[in-house]
Amino acid sequence: MTRFQQLIAKNGARHRRHRRIVNGVMLSLTGLLTLMALVPLFWIIGYVIYRGAPVLNLNFFTQLARPIGMRGGGVLFAIEGTAVLAILACLFAIPPGVLAAFYAARNPNTPLGIALRFSTDVLAGVPSIVMGLFIYGLVVVPMKHFSGFAGGLALSILMLPTIIRTTEEMLKLVPHTLREGSLGLGAPEWKTNLSVVFPAALDGIITGFLLAIARATGETAPLLFTALGNERFDIGAIIQSGIQAHQSIFAVIGRIINQPIDSLPLTLWTYAMQPYQERIDQSWGVALVLMIFVLLIEIVARMWIEARKRALQG
Amino acid sequence: METKISVSKITAAEAISEIKVAVKNLSVYYGKFRALAEINIAIRSNKITAIIGPSGCGKSTLLRSFNRMNDLTPNARMDGEILLDGENINAPGVDVVDVRRRVGMVFQRPNPFPKSIYDNVAFGPRLYGIRRKSDLDEIVEKSLHQAALWDEVRDKLHQSGFSLSGGQQQRLCIARALAVEPEVILMDEPASALDPISTLRIEELMHDIVKNYTIIIVTHNMQQAARVSDYTAMMMIDDHRIGRLIEFNETQVIFTNPKDKRTEDYVTGRFG
Repeated sequence: MTRFQQLIAKNGARHRRHRRIVNGVMLSLTGLLTLMALVPLFWIIGYVIYRGAPVLNLNFFTQLARPIGMRGGGVLFAIEGTAVLAILACLFAIPPGVLAAFYAARNPNTPLGIALRFSTDVLAGVPSIVMGLFIYGLVVVPMKHFSGFAGGLALSILMLPTIIRTTEEMLKLVPHTLREGSLGLGAPEWKTNLSVVFPAALDGIITGFLLAIARATGETAPLLFTALGNERFDIGAIIQSGIQAHQSIFAVIGRIINQPIDSLPLTLWTYAMQPYQERIDQSWGVALVLMIFVLLIEIVARMWIEARKRALQG
Repeated sequence: METKISVSKITAAEAISEIKVAVKNLSVYYGKFRALAEINIAIRSNKITAIIGPSGCGKSTLLRSFNRMNDLTPNARMDGEILLDGENINAPGVDVVDVRRRVGMVFQRPNPFPKSIYDNVAFGPRLYGIRRKSDLDEIVEKSLHQAALWDEVRDKLHQSGFSLSGGQQQRLCIARALAVEPEVILMDEPASALDPISTLRIEELMHDIVKNYTIIIVTHNMQQAARVSDYTAMMMIDDHRIGRLIEFNETQVIFTNPKDKRTEDYVTGRFG
């Protein structure tokens, strides 16, 4: 027996016991803390379902608000408003965001590329209510009224940093050899970007869009000064009157985005502030709808990515 | 100059084969760093020319000058001339797109585009304005045949290029390069990421297509250079870390009777 083996033989049993105890304590501790971290998440989800589910019925999704004092009615105006705002925000944010990301990914060390990266970082840190105030001064004051257009613009500024940074990261992940393969065949730079690099990065880029949309649709602050809120917003009525008056589709769209508009988080906020029990109950319903909506976006994004991956792998 | 010796030593049968690419006094710089100096080499038409040498000696830099891929590297600059059929590819007024159509490239790692097998091969022809489906079908089938891939993919042309094995992907990339009917094909260690059987298939394929093309291959694998090539260029860095061509000759001569002691050491594995 060597000296080492003697030492092990002498202390082995005690050492093993000690090790098992430490292992057990540490494992329980990490497990317990993991549970504690999960508690708030499930508490929120559970409580929102508990308070919100009772007011959810078909009318909640298909009817407009009823006057205070009457029970029932729905938040169709807020669902429509959220959809309009999300579409507007995407239209305003995605084209410049993606193009800026292409520029930043290809020219990281030029003055403009450095300025772009710095300013997107700063923009990501600007409180969202400031975006609202900015659009208030830029759009609402000159137009002399609140509008969905202004709300969409405020949300688009909020979405820009997420879109630019995720798109840029995804473009950078595309292997250099793929670019060279295309350029080596004689493809010009724009063609290479459009038909090789962009499709290769598309999965990640779309995930970035969806995350940005999920974030923007959950925002209240930038809409306070811009979209304002409008319980009487009713796309159906606008379209109907537009058809009756033989208006063009652009005129109808113009009327939709040119007036104050509501959104789910905005409705949640105004309803929860009101001293009427039925409105407070409905605000829990809105919270649940908003939560499910954001969750759905996540799930759709993941499923979409999985489906594309499977298609690519044949 | 070693290159002159080799040119004078061509045999009667090979004298028919004309010079496809001539490199004259080529130096390449990355910023202030000189990567290649005074390269002179004559690449013969319808032959396979191998470029061998230790890592970092500038083999890939030389290869990438043949279709101006070095243009993509910031700060890269060159002196000297590269003549394709007697015309300087770096002359002002020469369209780089035209150079790259005539001089195709296959990369170290298979790099199929995130598209179907069909669209991968049709990418080049479409780039040059071929739109008719029947024309594209014909080109795709012909290119895949040439790349010895047709039989394996004929039933799944519209599946993703990523669904193929590594060796098949590399042959797809070769088919993609062949689809624009280049005159010269550059191969940068095309089999280094592949298993021996896939490597063998690529080598057979090179033998099959070389009657219609001129092939230049960079390889780390001495046996591969000996097996596939007609001519071999031996490169090495000098004391100032500048890549130089130290010997160029028929492959058989390089491997059995090299003139330069360093070549002999390298090909027999006594290098370093």
